[in-house]
Amino acid sequence: MIIDLPDTTAGAVARTLVDLRDRYGAMALSRVLTLVAHADRAEVEDTIAAAVHASHEHPLRVVVATETDADRERSAGHRDRPHLDAQVRLGGDAGAGDVVVLWAEPWLLEDLASLVMPLLLSDAPVVAWWPGRAPQVPAQASVGQIAALRITDAAAGEHPLATIRDLAAAYVPGDADLTWGRLTLWRAALAGAVDAVATDGVLPDVDDIEVSGSVDSPSVDLLAAWLAIRLGRPAKVRRVPVPHLSGVVVRFADDTELRLERPQSSDLAHLSVPGQPTRPVALAPRDTPDCLAEELRWLEPDGVYGEVLRQGLPRVIPT
Amino acid sequence: MTNPLRDPRDKRLPRIAGPCSLVIFGVTGDLARRKLMPAVYDLANRGLLPPSFALVGFARRSWADEDFEQEVHDAVRAHARTPFRESTWQQLARGFRFIPGDLSDADAFARLAAVTRELDEQQGTGGNHAFYLSIPPRMFGTVAEGLERSGLSSAPSPHAWRRVVVEKPFGHDLASARELNTAIERVFPAESVFRIDHYLGKETVQNLLALRFANQLFEPVWNSTVVDHVQITMAEDIGIGSRAGYYDGIGAARDVIQNHLLQLLALVAMEEPVSFDARSLRIEKEKVLEAVRLHADPDACSARGRYRAGWQGGEQVLGYLEEDGIPASSTTETYAALRLDVSTRRWAGVPFYLRTGKRLGRRVTEVAVVFKRAPHLPFDATDTSQLGQNALVVRVQPDEGVTIRFGSKVPGTAMEVRDVTMDFSYGHAFTQDSPEAYERLILDVLLGEPPLFPQQPEVELSWAILDPVLEHWARAGSPEEYAPGSWGPESADDLMARDGRSWRRP
Repeated sequence: MIIDLPDTTAGAVARTLVDLRDRYGAMALSRVLTLVAHADRAEVEDTIAAAVHASHEHPLRVVVATETDADRERSAGHRDRPHLDAQVRLGGDAGAGDVVVLWAEPWLLEDLASLVMPLLLSDAPVVAWWPGRAPQVPAQASVGQIAALRITDAAAGEHPLATIRDLAAAYVPGDADLTWGRLTLWRAALAGAVDAVATDGVLPDVDDIEVSGSVDSPSVDLLAAWLAIRLGRPAKVRRVPVPHLSGVVVRFADDTELRLERPQSSDLAHLSVPGQPTRPVALAPRDTPDCLAEELRWLEPDGVYGEVLRQGLPRVIPT
Repeated sequence: MTNPLRDPRDKRLPRIAGPCSLVIFGVTGDLARRKLMPAVYDLANRGLLPPSFALVGFARRSWADEDFEQEVHDAVRAHARTPFRESTWQQLARGFRFIPGDLSDADAFARLAAVTRELDEQQGTGGNHAFYLSIPPRMFGTVAEGLERSGLSSAPSPHAWRRVVVEKPFGHDLASARELNTAIERVFPAESVFRIDHYLGKETVQNLLALRFANQLFEPVWNSTVVDHVQITMAEDIGIGSRAGYYDGIGAARDVIQNHLLQLLALVAMEEPVSFDARSLRIEKEKVLEAVRLHADPDACSARGRYRAGWQGGEQVLGYLEEDGIPASSTTETYAALRLDVSTRRWAGVPFYLRTGKRLGRRVTEVAVVFKRAPHLPFDATDTSQLGQNALVVRVQPDEGVTIRFGSKVPGTAMEVRDVTMDFSYGHAFTQDSPEAYERLILDVLLGEPPLFPQQPEVELSWAILDPVLEHWARAGSPEEYAPGSWGPESADDLMARDGRSWRRP
């Protein structure tokens, strides 16, 4: 069910939600969090789709705030109060939650926290999400200040590599970035490979770490940073003209090496571990809805991510 | 060694099984096709199996590895819960092997031994092999022997492991359960035997522990001061279908009460474990099962029934005796109900009523904790005539969730109180991404984490509770009939009525 509420206020939207629940029964109960997404107009539908996907794992209310259409604004006529259009989606159109879309004038979005306040679920954590361009300092953004978790996506902006470094400089516990979640399968495969290297319980000393991947993928830097911290050696990054990540090589002091490499345009990587045959590992790139669902699993600061940003990135050597 | 890439703070990194293989005996069976093979694929698709994982099928078919691969492919396509991905399939399919042979064929076991050694070298399974016995229990001994003689039952190095997985039924009474166990534990040490009760892999069953022990709200009322009685129900709306061969002679009590319902009872009634490791949980479950008492007169505390032919929800259905493959002389029950008491300070005077059956009103599994009435009601009797007993209901399936039932004022000028329910639902959608019970259990076997698996003492304690009733029923002839789609025979209602109570309609 989709209900349009043109020229309205957030308070009126909240009353509509209560009315709808009274009228049509409990369509979305037991929601565990409010997700407030600040998106560009073109990103609205993708943002909703990702939130609806995540709602299957975490029943939630998502409030997507975006700039109002300039033409609409002109045709709106009266200017005695700021213009706000809203849309409410419930039931089949909203997965296991409810969806509110707000089209607001830019200056209203600057104080997003006060705009969405009437729509926040009572006594449930708030998660802020910027699916596109990340704010300079997420923790100081309006909605960032009321959020338990602030999710950015460095790869979605215009300058991904610069963005991840800005985010590192601005890092406050509770910040999160989807680039980190996109690495989870790679990190799990590598952790499993290290288990396999050390079959007799001893891991040889690490000599050299090299991570290769796309020229503009911050995931490459984060994976290198993580390995650098964990294995206690600086990690090199090699930029190659492929999308995403393409490979990791860890060389040990005894001249053996661990390689995890994914050929271009394949979901199947190859893992080779000293003393064992090369084996295929399924490593499909993860999409945003999946990564968002993963972020919402722990509504607490991810200390490992913070460490990677602050202590790991300085140990990454570009080649 | 502590793997430097793993950090206890790093909750994103999933627990991935180490290098190993899963050998399924009876791989052509229904369970293997519908549950095990899809669960293996789903685990791989979620990235929870290592690239070295191998799946070995053992059955009396003249298949080559490729035929087996096709068979797994079909099963996965038909029954897997996660979408089919070519890359996952390619990772998995390299580790498929098939051993044609009879369960009593020594040569076949020798071939299996050779294949596992080959897998250790080519696939990197590291000498770790789990044997899943998806076969009739009477064959357990034969297979255990075959594994022992071919040297498969013991691991080649202290780092490697061998595990064996068996499915319920774990025997049909105390004596046979012990016999079965001897056959297996003669070959495998007790801690390497994993008894799968797929119910215990369900999210809601685990949530029962979270509900009780992670909250302050419920534990203070979880005792005989406040609780009147507990009802544990597992009802199915279907008949026995094609399972006549398995079901006849077994019946509802052995099929469901001995394992699922007594395990649920143990989780509801046990004391708080000192930690959530397997051993601590088991200690508490064993303690409470030891405290379970059955009334001296089996007739006074039990009821049984058998569904007859009739109309159920607009469909004409067969009676149990008319089902394909059931002899006319059968005295097997399709419905069983028991009243049990738990002799502990916490539960003295609080009966636990257990019931299960086929062709009942609807498919539901739930635990209902029914509270005493308030000792004094400061209202007129007419005001509260519609007020029942408060209840907390944990719905295990379907529509997993928790319901609390309490009295509320009816809107209006009069003071009238009636029952309402407060409903927490995991929701259909909420669970669709959570792993299926078999996925969870297979992963736990491969990780060697046994918290959800009952061990032999629990199995024996459960049989000891049930045996007197089963013996009594064996002497008592045919069970009472009940209409399909009803909630069981009259004697079950009488069982409750004698105590001044009645069954909930779930």
